[in-house]
Amino acid sequence: MPESPAVEIRGLVKRYGSRAVVDGLDLVADAGRVTAVLGPNGAGKTTTVECCEGLRSPDAGTVRVLGLDPLADARALRPRVGVMLQDGGLPTGVRALEMLEHVARLHARPRDVGELAERLGLGGFARTTVRRLSGGQRQRLALAAALVGRPELVFLDEPSAGMDPQSRRAVWELVRELRDEGTSVVLTTHLMDEAEDLADRVVVVDHGAVIAQGSVAGLVASGSDRTLRFTAPAPLDAAALGSLAEALSARPGAGAARAVRPAADGGDLDYVVTGDVDARTLADLTAWCAGRDLLLSRMTVGRRTLEDVFLDLTGRSLR
Amino acid sequence: MSPDARPAPTGTPSSEPAPPGTPAADATRTAPAAAPALRRVLAQAAFETRMILRNGEQLLVTVILPVLVLVGLARTGFVDLATDGASRIDFVAPGVLALAVMSTSFTSQAIATAFDRRNGVLRLLATTPLGRGGLLAGKVLGVLAVEVVQVVVIGAVAVALGWRPELAGVPAALLALLLGTAAFTALALALAGALRAEAVLATANLVLVLLAVAGGVVIPASQLPGWLGDVALLLPSGALGEALRAGLVRGELAGGSLLVLLAWALALAWGARRLFRWH
Repeated sequence: MPESPAVEIRGLVKRYGSRAVVDGLDLVADAGRVTAVLGPNGAGKTTTVECCEGLRSPDAGTVRVLGLDPLADARALRPRVGVMLQDGGLPTGVRALEMLEHVARLHARPRDVGELAERLGLGGFARTTVRRLSGGQRQRLALAAALVGRPELVFLDEPSAGMDPQSRRAVWELVRELRDEGTSVVLTTHLMDEAEDLADRVVVVDHGAVIAQGSVAGLVASGSDRTLRFTAPAPLDAAALGSLAEALSARPGAGAARAVRPAADGGDLDYVVTGDVDARTLADLTAWCAGRDLLLSRMTVGRRTLEDVFLDLTGRSLR
Repeated sequence: MSPDARPAPTGTPSSEPAPPGTPAADATRTAPAAAPALRRVLAQAAFETRMILRNGEQLLVTVILPVLVLVGLARTGFVDLATDGASRIDFVAPGVLALAVMSTSFTSQAIATAFDRRNGVLRLLATTPLGRGGLLAGKVLGVLAVEVVQVVVIGAVAVALGWRPELAGVPAALLALLLGTAAFTALALALAGALRAEAVLATANLVLVLLAVAGGVVIPASQLPGWLGDVALLLPSGALGEALRAGLVRGELAGGSLLVLLAWALALAWGARRLFRWH
């Protein structure tokens, strides 16, 4: 790409006390694209974004935002970068629209406040004080404040946290529109569907470092693209899971070894088979169950999701 | 600095194909820009002023309470005051103005900033074109604007009660108000930037009450019992009260008290710089 990336981070380290929250993180967010930084709580997503926003100074490594240094070039960057903080950052004593109008006044050529308010459905609570807004309403107001200056790049930290599904959809729609207008978007999320729906590129972060990155399709396609889920009649212990994995991998000519693990996003009795799932895998599974007189109550074959990718990478659930 | 007037930078020919999802509109789009610095700071000052004046509790502490103290001290013999020959209202009004300035620049500002810090307001505004410097300037101007309202309201009530200030001392009194505002705003920011919001709420109110009663503000240091009087003279509260009374009662410039205020302002500003945490 000829133009400099929206964000370029090399070897970022940030410590709080002796604990490194971000530990050698490298990340590139392309201009004009939506980049999702995905990871569990405490992975270092917010700290990374705050280093980009000039709110924290790195202990090591370099951060470039629109080709500039977030601390040294803060004055030049502030009008060009929109920020939505995770905790909102809205003063509680003002009315919703008043806050938006105030942020607009800090810019030379802001968006039309009325139009933006309508777009995000702020009209219903325009004259309500921030203190009385619901979590989702505050999120929408904070998003409007991030966008009102027509930024070239926006940082959205957990943008749809606390929103009802309808507001979430409105926010996603707006993020897509921003991208289509050429705005670069960097968002953090621990929601798989948000990353899958919105992002051109996903960066998976855990323990303060990037453990995988690429397009959603690319990440999901690494390895098999199918998973087999089933619900057992009783919990399976480690020995049973080992024996089952062996049974599923024993067939001659099978591809990658298959693994069985408890499903992170399901009930206690839900399990997932990963690896090369094909027609014979189902037969092998039911044969193993028949041998032990186990009647499965449910068995589904589905597409591999980012959640599965994350589990494969970390062995842990996002939620 | 108009981005439109600048020639295209070399090395990025305009014939470069736009990446997918980046329509041609991008080329004609004007770069986002900040409003002029003065306008940003004035907008923030107006925003802060409105928030303080609209908040019922803040209004109670900054305007209503000082007016009640003024009326109470001027019209009742509740507190025994030696007025050095001045009328009771002439003697009391400067001290009440000092108390009002402290309530705005210290108590009200400390509490507002502490909660803004906890709620992330300071961080969010720091990422807007306002920046940290503009935010600070806006806060100080907001405090001064509220003080103008206080001086007008309290002054009007005092004049109605018979206050006749010594006009020759007004410039010295204004200087004392500015130095006192600087010192107490710095103290407010040091407190708000270092402690939890709830702790600031308790401390800021308690300190105001203690200084009002025993800090040489309304009751002069010379009339406080024993060693308290010597200490009060060196406190920013006592120095502010003394300087205002010297100016508005006797038309004099209290050099010593103004120096004490200046020293406090510098020391507290240094302290605020060291102690203040944005997160």
